[in-house]
Amino acid sequence: MTVANRADETAKRCKEGDFVEIHYIVLPAGERSPDVPDDTKKVPLECWVRGWALFDGQEGSDMEVETPAGRRVRGTLSAAEVGFYHTFGPAVPELAGAGKELREALAEAPGGGKQRDCQ
Amino acid sequence: MTASSSYTSVMARRADIMRKALGLEYESFVRSEVAFDYEGMMRDAGYTLDKVREIQRQTGVGNTPLLELKNITQLVRRTSKKGYGAKLCVKDESCNPSGSFKDRRASVSVYHAQKLGYPGVLAATSGNYGAAVASQAAMRNLKCIIVQEVFDSRRVGQPEIVEKTRKCEAFGAEVVQLTVGPELFYVALLLLEETNFFNASLYSPFGISGVETLGYELVEQVRERYGKDPAYVVVTHAGGGNVTGTARGALKAGARNSVIIGASVDLSGLHMASDHDFNRKSFTTGHTGFGVPFATWPDRTDVPRNAARPLRYLDRYVTVTQGDVFYVTEVLAQLEGLERGPAGNTSLAAAIALARELPEDEIVVVQETEYTGAGKHPQAQLDFARRNGVEVRTGDPAENVPGKVIVIPEAFSQLRVTEVDLDRMRRSYLRNAVRRTGVQQVTPEDIEFLSEDVKATPEFVVNGLGELGVNVVGQEL
Repeated sequence: MTVANRADETAKRCKEGDFVEIHYIVLPAGERSPDVPDDTKKVPLECWVRGWALFDGQEGSDMEVETPAGRRVRGTLSAAEVGFYHTFGPAVPELAGAGKELREALAEAPGGGKQRDCQ
Repeated sequence: MTASSSYTSVMARRADIMRKALGLEYESFVRSEVAFDYEGMMRDAGYTLDKVREIQRQTGVGNTPLLELKNITQLVRRTSKKGYGAKLCVKDESCNPSGSFKDRRASVSVYHAQKLGYPGVLAATSGNYGAAVASQAAMRNLKCIIVQEVFDSRRVGQPEIVEKTRKCEAFGAEVVQLTVGPELFYVALLLLEETNFFNASLYSPFGISGVETLGYELVEQVRERYGKDPAYVVVTHAGGGNVTGTARGALKAGARNSVIIGASVDLSGLHMASDHDFNRKSFTTGHTGFGVPFATWPDRTDVPRNAARPLRYLDRYVTVTQGDVFYVTEVLAQLEGLERGPAGNTSLAAAIALARELPEDEIVVVQETEYTGAGKHPQAQLDFARRNGVEVRTGDPAENVPGKVIVIPEAFSQLRVTEVDLDRMRRSYLRNAVRRTGVQQVTPEDIEFLSEDVKATPEFVVNGLGELGVNVVGQEL
């Protein structure tokens, strides 16, 4: 997913009061902490913040939001609609057999693994 | 950007920003370049166990169940020599309001912020602590900002951390999401300056005292049920607060013989601040990337003297592989009916191997569980690993290569721990102490402090310093 850095006709719009996401650069490449390794040195430190849009806007254009903590923050509108899409993912065949195999092993164990309350 | 918000100038004024944001003076505890009055600081700036209990009662924190893992214990006994295989128990910290033991720390920090009249709280953390602070802030009607490292430069987010963003926002907090880098701290400083919020640091004395109830409770629970103290308490180790607070609590309960064992996922070879490596690890905490640096130099954080001092309390330190923890997560769900997250399962993986060392009548406690869900789950993490070029297969866990190959065990008997040489870490700590402070001579008081801080004899410390060209002045030992 890339961040649009120029508004165009197809970019999504938001209305004042919508909960949106803005983006800005905190530290450009070259102005970062001296402790970062070389690969990180080459890229900027970027930031995304969500809050309620203070005016109508369009992705790629300037926007100011009020955050849940009451701060006003300016940046580029990066998402007119926010959401969370992280999920679980496909089954992992390498893990799939573990439970079955161990159940069988338990059934063979002294005590049989059958009655929990006899311990 | 103005000159005053540049990285260097903000870091130059960090002491002033921190002083205002913590409401805590550290100077009175400092004894020298090297030594400070740790117990004095914990006593004066921390809260008593009774007070912590009361604070935690107010917001539904603590008094979590101790669960016995009967089926896993059976399997341990099957893979141990005859008569061996200690009883495995787990303290179900996922029962806390935001789903982890971090609520114990957050409850005291946020209470303290409210007491001191701050308008809000801020925490710089990509982990459960952020959600814990947000949850407590919601209960105490304080505003909240959580600053997280979430993305690499491709804007790919570590799924576990994205889940943390979601959770913090669910509690009404503002979340500031950053790309990878140590400048998380710099951003937190800027925000503290702007908002005058309280810095709910992970490393304050009151935060650490919040964890003491965990150690105390688990000892009481084991005694009540089994009539003896736990032989081993296995604690997932990253920043050191978990180990420190739990050990202090267990000691306050009089469990002087319980062995405190830290456990971390081995991520050696990966750089924690690297844009490339960031999304090639499947664990965001409880790993050696924090565990080793924080043990060998605790005073590297957002407070002048860290209250989390793991070498002071660790009796042993072991590592497990990423593959071990995924396997154990599956085993816990399928054999014990508990779906729990990676932080606690890191200790469980270690505890399974460690329990084999002990006779059947001993007790081994896994000191925490955490919640799990989208992003945190093994399916999410292993899918993510594959998409980022990491190979996932079954085999001998010894073949795990962090960042390149995750090997999931094929058999329960393959679960092992790798012992970390604590003496080597102690010497590393001494080396860091000398390098950071620039001292060339130390006093007997410094020796006393150092031997307590690394849990070693004064002779060990004197020898270690001697090898670094630092000698003791003042008197003979």
